[in-house]
Amino acid sequence: MLIGISEVEAKVRIAKRIAREFKDGDVVNLGIGIPSLVSDYIPEGVRVIFHTENGMLGAGPKAREDEGTPDIIGAGGVKITVLPGGSFFSSDISFGLIRGGHIDVTVLGALEVDEEGNLANWMIPGKLIPGMGGAMDLVTGARKVFVATLHTVKGRPKIVKRCSLPLTGKRVVNKIFTELAVFEVTPEGLLLKEIAPEVDVSSLKRVTEPDFKIEEPLKIMEV
Amino acid sequence: MGSFFKPVMSPEEAVKDIPDGATIMVGGFNIGGVPYTLIEALLQHGVKDLTLICNDTAYEDVGHGKLIANGQVKKVIASHIGLNKVTQKLYNEGKLDVEFVPQGTLAERIRAGGFGLGGVLTPTGLGTLAEEGKQVLEINGKRYILELPLRADFALIKAKKADRMGNLYYWGNARNFNPLMAFAADVVIAEVEELVEVGEIDPNDVHTPGILVDRIVLSRR
Repeated sequence: MLIGISEVEAKVRIAKRIAREFKDGDVVNLGIGIPSLVSDYIPEGVRVIFHTENGMLGAGPKAREDEGTPDIIGAGGVKITVLPGGSFFSSDISFGLIRGGHIDVTVLGALEVDEEGNLANWMIPGKLIPGMGGAMDLVTGARKVFVATLHTVKGRPKIVKRCSLPLTGKRVVNKIFTELAVFEVTPEGLLLKEIAPEVDVSSLKRVTEPDFKIEEPLKIMEV
Repeated sequence: MGSFFKPVMSPEEAVKDIPDGATIMVGGFNIGGVPYTLIEALLQHGVKDLTLICNDTAYEDVGHGKLIANGQVKKVIASHIGLNKVTQKLYNEGKLDVEFVPQGTLAERIRAGGFGLGGVLTPTGLGTLAEEGKQVLEINGKRYILELPLRADFALIKAKKADRMGNLYYWGNARNFNPLMAFAADVVIAEVEELVEVGEIDPNDVHTPGILVDRIVLSRR
């Protein structure tokens, strides 16, 4: 890792940074992996309504061992709780909420994300083909799509010029959050909004495949 | 359909007329809302060459994932197979046909099949493999994929409670695809944890009207 923090620390940093993006009352759907950590770090005073694709609004924290039931689970299959004001519904309604533009933000992981905002996160041909689950609907229908990803994996950039893997969605990503930077996807390409305190722009460029513009003044990421 | 009161059957009796080659829908999302008892009966029954329509193929040792591990399935139509190692393996070896459908599209295709619609138009999947081989229509300047309805010979669904007329009440987010599948199959078999007398479920709380249900089975879990 470029900045001498562990992978776990890097993931927590990304989750914490994304958690600061939300406004009180935002309806948010979190994918599996790094996105699922985001709910642990919502700032005090901000009430986010979490949606799970299997049919629930008002998803709460993980259930205690003795209280959990398979009848209330998160999208990753973990037994969770429902908060006061929550609701349960069937899959058509759940995806009506998604596709119909009623979810403010979805946070998803990436195998690759590129400068046009294309996202690939559902298959590696010939190797791993889990399926798209709800991801294609989420990137199509959520008002904003955030990608949460480590900046590099085994030294290879996750942010690429063009995705080479099959896409989950075309020109769908709004913002990319890594342990090193925050980028906005604009019609002109990537715009660097924030940079981690441990790196400078030239070292960031070495681990980011596409060119990017830099917002002035460039913010230092709060970590 | 048929009788006013719906027959309450043993799981074995309820699935025994499912023939080789049948198309079956199975409710559930991951571990929630899966008709586990009916699946066990199907495993014993040994029926083969099934086409399985489900959200995900569960795990190789859990729920309908076991049907795949047991070699009873020839084709899967699902949004996700990643948690079932056997599905992955058989698919990679070319021994199992898998049609991947985005989850929201799967819900709408089943709904269309059960609601008498000729298809649905969705933007989901545009510019991806999900668009391949499908008709794309432009409506008011926006592009949509035409997705066709899905139906099955049998639907195996799971609810919390049924009354003798087959009215169903679900609990938690275990509802998922179950109410949709109740519309979209010729024979609907509902597995429930509790069977109550007619009138005991408040009409306001009936999520699936009993006229859609053909057989009732009590859960053995």
